[in-house]
Amino acid sequence: MSAPVLAVEGLQVALPPGADRPLALAGVSLALRKGEILCLVGESGSGKSMMAGAVMRLLPPAVRVASGAIRLDGEDLLAASEAEMRRVRGARIAMIFQEPMTALNPLRSIGDQIGEMFRTHTALSAAETEARTLALLEEVRIPDPRAALRAFPHELSGGQRQRAMIAMALALEPEVLIADEPTTALDVTTQAQILALIRDLQHRHGTAVLFITHDFGVVAEIADRIAVLRQGALVEEGPAAEVLNRPQHPYTRTLIAAVPPLAPPPAATRPEAPPILVVDRLSKTYRRAGLFRRGGRETRAVADVSLALPKGGTLGIVGESGSGKSTLARLILRLLDPDGGAIHLDGLDLARLSHRAMRREAWRVQMVFQDPYASLNPRRRAGELVAQGPMLHGVPRAEAMARARELFELVGLRPDAMDRFPHEFSGGQRQRIGLARALALRPEVLVADEAVSALDVSVQAQVLRLLAELRDRLGLSLLFITHDLRVAAQICDRIAVMRHGVVVEEGRAAEVFGAPQHDYTRALLASVPGRGWTPPTLPAEAQETA
Amino acid sequence: MQAFRRYLRNPAAVLGLLLLLLVIGVALAAPLLYPEDPLDLAGRPLQWPGANPRFPLGTDPSGRDIAAQVFHGARVTLLIGAVATLVSLGIGILAGALAGYHGGWVDDALMRVTEAFQILPSFLLLLVLVAVFGSDLATVTLAIGLVSWPATARLTRAEFLSLRSREFVQACRTLGMGDARIIFREILPNALPPVIVYAGVVMATAILLESALAFLNLSDPNVASWGNLIGAGRGVLRTQWYVSAIPGVAILVAVLAVSLVGQGLNDALNPRLKAAA
Repeated sequence: MSAPVLAVEGLQVALPPGADRPLALAGVSLALRKGEILCLVGESGSGKSMMAGAVMRLLPPAVRVASGAIRLDGEDLLAASEAEMRRVRGARIAMIFQEPMTALNPLRSIGDQIGEMFRTHTALSAAETEARTLALLEEVRIPDPRAALRAFPHELSGGQRQRAMIAMALALEPEVLIADEPTTALDVTTQAQILALIRDLQHRHGTAVLFITHDFGVVAEIADRIAVLRQGALVEEGPAAEVLNRPQHPYTRTLIAAVPPLAPPPAATRPEAPPILVVDRLSKTYRRAGLFRRGGRETRAVADVSLALPKGGTLGIVGESGSGKSTLARLILRLLDPDGGAIHLDGLDLARLSHRAMRREAWRVQMVFQDPYASLNPRRRAGELVAQGPMLHGVPRAEAMARARELFELVGLRPDAMDRFPHEFSGGQRQRIGLARALALRPEVLVADEAVSALDVSVQAQVLRLLAELRDRLGLSLLFITHDLRVAAQICDRIAVMRHGVVVEEGRAAEVFGAPQHDYTRALLASVPGRGWTPPTLPAEAQETA
Repeated sequence: MQAFRRYLRNPAAVLGLLLLLLVIGVALAAPLLYPEDPLDLAGRPLQWPGANPRFPLGTDPSGRDIAAQVFHGARVTLLIGAVATLVSLGIGILAGALAGYHGGWVDDALMRVTEAFQILPSFLLLLVLVAVFGSDLATVTLAIGLVSWPATARLTRAEFLSLRSREFVQACRTLGMGDARIIFREILPNALPPVIVYAGVVMATAILLESALAFLNLSDPNVASWGNLIGAGRGVLRTQWYVSAIPGVAILVAVLAVSLVGQGLNDALNPRLKAAA
């Protein structure tokens, strides 16, 4: 076994006083060898990004390395001077970030920014720099590399930007590449391409890759070895197949047990109920008016969409960003006004109601939002947030508060938490408050718009279970919008696949997953990271509470 | 509570608070220490401070007690500053909130009006208003409020623009909440902190505007304001400079106090900005 390129020994990173724990990393040791991809996995707050920051010496202010060593080819980086570190960064250790739009300078062309690497670290002439840059863009398979050279970041798609970032990172053939959640902000089909690209380039150049991610699907796709971080401590490390299929540590077991398998639920045996919600040829076009009607742009966000949600059932709407799925949800709630079409709810056409009338009928359809941080008014107490809806519809305050108390218990929160403010809850708890708020009006249809996407995987599983349980107990009909096919497979009995504002395929979940008809559905399914890996069924040990 | 503790840790902000309390104390003490009308003749005109123990700060060209005018002037100044600020905030918040929340043509219309006010030098507009509507205390105060709201409106609008797209606002709409309630009960409390901080600037400007008006003898001559006193001393500026200098210092202290408190509030409410600086 060759000596490690990058060795981290007993690394301790101290957080400023007042943080939730004293050490972001508490004595972590890792070894990264030439030509391997080591996946560093952990939930939010595990300290995995601090690891990248410590290696690059790019930690946030007030966070510092307390003890340990970071050796690059045997040489301790912690002892290196600032000038020496500048020669290491980019040339010997390169980094790719999560959000390529913010990692690139919007005012400079792609070619100029990649060329910067050569100008900073080498003495190449301008012509040579351009030739090398072009070769790099060809290597990362950007369509039309010559045009990309002159393009500005906003002119490229997310995937193309990430390719440009990778080109920049590989410019000087670094020994180590650190990739911090490089595909998290991308759509699944793009994510699959970028993962394949990283894998391919790593093979050809023999680069050692430290790949930081929270997603076990991605891990299964790319890792040679896996290290699992929890609260700044390394709990398990080993070859990918070992950790994925025979996890040893209880924490790794819970994490893996929480990864939803890609298998659809068994085809429902009960007969399908008549629909409660029927969406008929619903349309919404966004117009951006230009000055004097010039340069105006039209986007058909939702184009003649027809769907039916069976009473008591769950209809999943899946699609990538820009597919119009969130617009569709907002149309059904009349947060946006449709341009045409009808929304029949139990015989009532919501699309035709005036705003005033819609406010009266608002209780019928309720929504759980994506962002557990932005969806609760930070200045209202949790109990008030839940009681607000019924009070608006004429329920006296005392009764509304009593109902809120019941709902808190129903969604698994302690009723004495009603007096607390949203920032005092964790992400999963906030999502439970959002759910209680939606249920307080006793809706007929519940719309969940990416309701579990912002949550860590273990919390995600709990919230999903809760949703399914409440749906069955309260006889709710659920419209479940998500970009994540694994999550959709968990809870939906029907699936509609959307692309560019159009439903391309709709049917029973088992059929859509088992025998997809449309090319796009097949492409989506083929792009799900780690589809070749079925999470082992493990005895659930530690049941955490969100 | 945490913000209050952060405030107290900032020496400049504490100094501002002490100065503001001093000005308020002076205003409260005025009727006790100087129960008579401060604009009554009190003695021989233009006595230097300290020359006559009855007039510790001397007398002005009309023989009125400067100390009495400074004490009573604190009341007038604080009153004008506070009321003008309230007027300005009221108009500004209403215009900004409606423009930011509704967008579209409401926003366009309100912002064009705001710009119409902004492109006129505010003092010039104030002179016109006072020239047309007269210069009693109420009119002057209203006029000052009326010329100083555009910046508040822009600030409020910017806050509303970013808050209205937040999911909690959409959540309120899905509950069936009406627009007025969403604007004033849900969004406004979240938009207020920067506006309250800015109120310090508005108040300091209001005090200066009133002084400038009074210096030009265009403010209400029947009240003992600091600006009026400066105006009274204008003719004897080279020989009896203290007549203008004493109320000048008072204005300096009041404006400094209000500005420091505003800045201190800003740092206390937005600790992250401070740390980044």
